[in-house]
Amino acid sequence: MKPLRSVTGRVAVLDRPDVDTDQIIPKQFLKRIERTGYGQFLFNDWRFDDDGAERPGFELNRPEFRGASILLTGRNFGCGSSREHAAWALQDHGFDVVVAPSFGDIFRTNAGKNGMLAIVLPERDVERLMENVDLDRGSEMTVDLERQVIVGPDGGEIAFAFDAATRHRILNGLDEIALTLEHEDAITAYEASHGLA
Amino acid sequence: MPKTLFEKVWERHVVFEEPDGPALLYVDLHLVHEVTSAQAFEGLRLAGRDVRRPDLTVATMDHNVPTLPGPITDPMAKAQLDALRANTAEFGVRLHATGSGHEGIVHVIGPELGLTQPGKTIVCGDSHTSTHGAFGALAFGIGTSEVEHVLATQTLYQQRPRTMRLELAGQLPPGLTAKDMILGAIGRVGVDGGVGYVVEYAGDAVRALSMEQRMTICNMSIEWGARAGMIAPDDTTFAYLEGREHAPAGRDWEQAVEDWRTLPSDPDAAYDTVAVIDVGELAPQVTWGTNPGMVVPVTGSVPDPASLDDPDARLAAERALAYMDLRPGQRIEDIRVDRVFIGSCTNSRIEDLRAAAAVVAGRRVDPGVTALVVPGSAQIRRQAEDEGLDRVFLDAGFEWRLAGCSMCLGMNPDILSPGERCASTSNRNFEGRQGRGGRTHLVSPQMAAAAALHGRFVDVRTLDREPVPA
Repeated sequence: MKPLRSVTGRVAVLDRPDVDTDQIIPKQFLKRIERTGYGQFLFNDWRFDDDGAERPGFELNRPEFRGASILLTGRNFGCGSSREHAAWALQDHGFDVVVAPSFGDIFRTNAGKNGMLAIVLPERDVERLMENVDLDRGSEMTVDLERQVIVGPDGGEIAFAFDAATRHRILNGLDEIALTLEHEDAITAYEASHGLA
Repeated sequence: MPKTLFEKVWERHVVFEEPDGPALLYVDLHLVHEVTSAQAFEGLRLAGRDVRRPDLTVATMDHNVPTLPGPITDPMAKAQLDALRANTAEFGVRLHATGSGHEGIVHVIGPELGLTQPGKTIVCGDSHTSTHGAFGALAFGIGTSEVEHVLATQTLYQQRPRTMRLELAGQLPPGLTAKDMILGAIGRVGVDGGVGYVVEYAGDAVRALSMEQRMTICNMSIEWGARAGMIAPDDTTFAYLEGREHAPAGRDWEQAVEDWRTLPSDPDAAYDTVAVIDVGELAPQVTWGTNPGMVVPVTGSVPDPASLDDPDARLAAERALAYMDLRPGQRIEDIRVDRVFIGSCTNSRIEDLRAAAAVVAGRRVDPGVTALVVPGSAQIRRQAEDEGLDRVFLDAGFEWRLAGCSMCLGMNPDILSPGERCASTSNRNFEGRQGRGGRTHLVSPQMAAAAALHGRFVDVRTLDREPVPA
């Protein structure tokens, strides 16, 4: 995992609640055995019609949102299936940050494991950020994990909370399994004391 | 200090806990299937790591497998199943492969083999792992990175969740099932009502349920966002487990039961949130929209989005009606169905099949409907055949399939065509879940069976008064 300290980039807005992981990456793309290459299938059934042509009505097909690295979206984003392919698809498509009033638990964890920031802000703050995005020309934002602040399109700063352990791992690009294996003695001792040796 | 069931199970599994940080939890049982494991095994290989406890790891094939006999024809599905076979062989993990006689949906075979037990921590790369909480286990779904972490370390980092006690009070009326209870509850609390919580389902209505029905309830915990759902173990739990292949036996059994009896929440234990829902007034539930919280009684009608105060909810309802091709005010009993699916980790156990068969017996599937019954495991399939349930379904015009996830998520050949409408006993009615453009209505096994006979939703409580279809 590569370290990530701060992201400055274009913002896309998907103002819908309860976007489930079946929409983020439909099941027909879960049969691959690789971790990469899912970006092309992101939101497939919303982005494309049956012939593979882009649906102009879908928010993320707006020209102003092309190349976005930050996604603003509604509450309970990533609910449903545990498929980590949802995080892989967003990241592979170019998103480093998703900001929402709440997330599905498993999606949020999956994002963190891959160095993608799933940031929770109060609903009114997310709405204000959305309102500040210029829908005609597009907007940029900065998300600074080190300082734990978002600099909105209007230059205003919003602080955000972030799990300290996940933050440390993402800032430094650390391999979580290697970190855990440093505690191997504790795991072995647990097994011994619980009849699991 | 009094403790909840969750707290007791959690505390037994903490390897260490940093102040204000996550705890490292030991995992007693890791269930593995083909869709979310290949990248995890590959990660181990790249890092030169082993599976720490292959003896606590069990794999099965379920999501991709065809439910008709014969070789698998989808090359990508085949590659994924082949990868699971090779990975489990390389790392020494037990695999209940297709054709072994022990295969089935991962959340069906864990309990049926006696692997799922009270007080255990159980994880799987599948959100419906919450099913196993029905036994008083702490069980939840994880992503593939976490699958790799558990394979390598047999542990998982977890932030301590909040706790909720959801009391399902009263007596469930005749003709209703656990499916109606949980759909009714989700309709009440919303699809994000449980985010951040481990929920303990309690109350008289829960105590009265069989293990199969308790699994249906816990299975759908994730559908309202809960990290896990749990039900305190009791004599019903122990009676289900005793004698199963991996359950303790003899003196070990007695000791285990003695220990399990200490797990239920202490009378004065405190929860972060407490809620009560009376199930005594429930009617059979049918979803009308594109998430499980969009649900009404079968006696009701499709809601009017204009009546919703919250603008987000209004917009979501409008989108759902457009996708589902329904009108506000349309009576649920006037909605016709093209397909019926009885199966999935929510409702494919022997009791579900018996209940559906009791509705079907001596009747015929509507000529406009294609109806499938997909047992949750090879063992259930055999048991159902021993009881003659297969004949009941086949004689009525249902298809009787091999075990697997089948049409719950359509990663195999069992999918809806665009525009087709399905009465389904599965757990998710998300857009495209059962096939692109397919329209899913979630119901109980009895309600699905009744819909198959009539070609539309009917109230299973009044089935005998419905005109018998020709």
